Amino acid sequence: MNGFEVMRVDNGEVSVLRIKGFLDAHTASDLEREIQRLLDQKRFKIVVNFRELNYISSAGLGVFMGFIEEVRGNKGDIKLTNMTPKIFRVFDLLGFPTLYEIRDDEQQALQSFNNQK
Amino acid sequence: MKLAVKNQRTKKKFHLRIPSQTEYLEIIREFVSRVARKVGFKEDDASKIELAVDEACTNVIEHAYGGDGKKMIDIAIQVDYPGQKMSIIITDQGRGFDPSKLRAPDMKKYLQEMRVGGLGVYLMQSLMDEINFEVKPGPKNQVKLVKYLMNNQRQK
Repeated sequence: MNGFEVMRVDNGEVSVLRIKGFLDAHTASDLEREIQRLLDQKRFKIVVNFRELNYISSAGLGVFMGFIEEVRGNKGDIKLTNMTPKIFRVFDLLGFPTLYEIRDDEQQALQSFNNQK
Repeated sequence: MKLAVKNQRTKKKFHLRIPSQTEYLEIIREFVSRVARKVGFKEDDASKIELAVDEACTNVIEHAYGGDGKKMIDIAIQVDYPGQKMSIIITDQGRGFDPSKLRAPDMKKYLQEMRVGGLGVYLMQSLMDEINFEVKPGPKNQVKLVKYLMNNQRQK
């Protein structure tokens, strides 16, 4: 049974990861692997689209914490988009909105990367 | 997986005994949120309870049992009427920890240091009305999480 999926779409220098299903202590490693693959390919501009994610626990949030330093150290960023109110609440409770750029949609996040050039 | 339901006039009890493996977290979440909704919690609070229990069980799987998937976790739910509260007691026989060392972490510092551990406990405290740890490493460690249904209704 597969409760979590990641779909990657590259858009110029930016890679978009569309995540789907539930992100918990069991599936966090799938996302970790996908982000690690991006870093191995020297792709540090990352957008994660949460539109089809219906659940996240702290193990899922931990994935973003684990990579953000390396990503920003390489002039990149991880921008988060399309969170449902339920998902946003978890990020908000842990104070993430002050440390991560959270946008309404992919377009805004791509724009924001372009403006940084 | 053993699922038992006992009906009483003032109390309802539900029990799930399940292997200590992350792949079963989704079954635990389903069990807990189904019961919460069934006894009258709104979607929003049912999802808070679901997340708090996930965090507690993840701690058991990864820390108390250190990834030993042959061990078992017991999740007992008690719904009290007319007190209208749901208590979830999660029991393991693994390595305990010192609850006196357990404090709400300074989240700002945590995030700046990009520390991952400890987030779960902070979430449990934020999401539930009461949280209580009882630690006797080996024989029995328990965490009790409580949510009041009345609060739930007042907020609406």
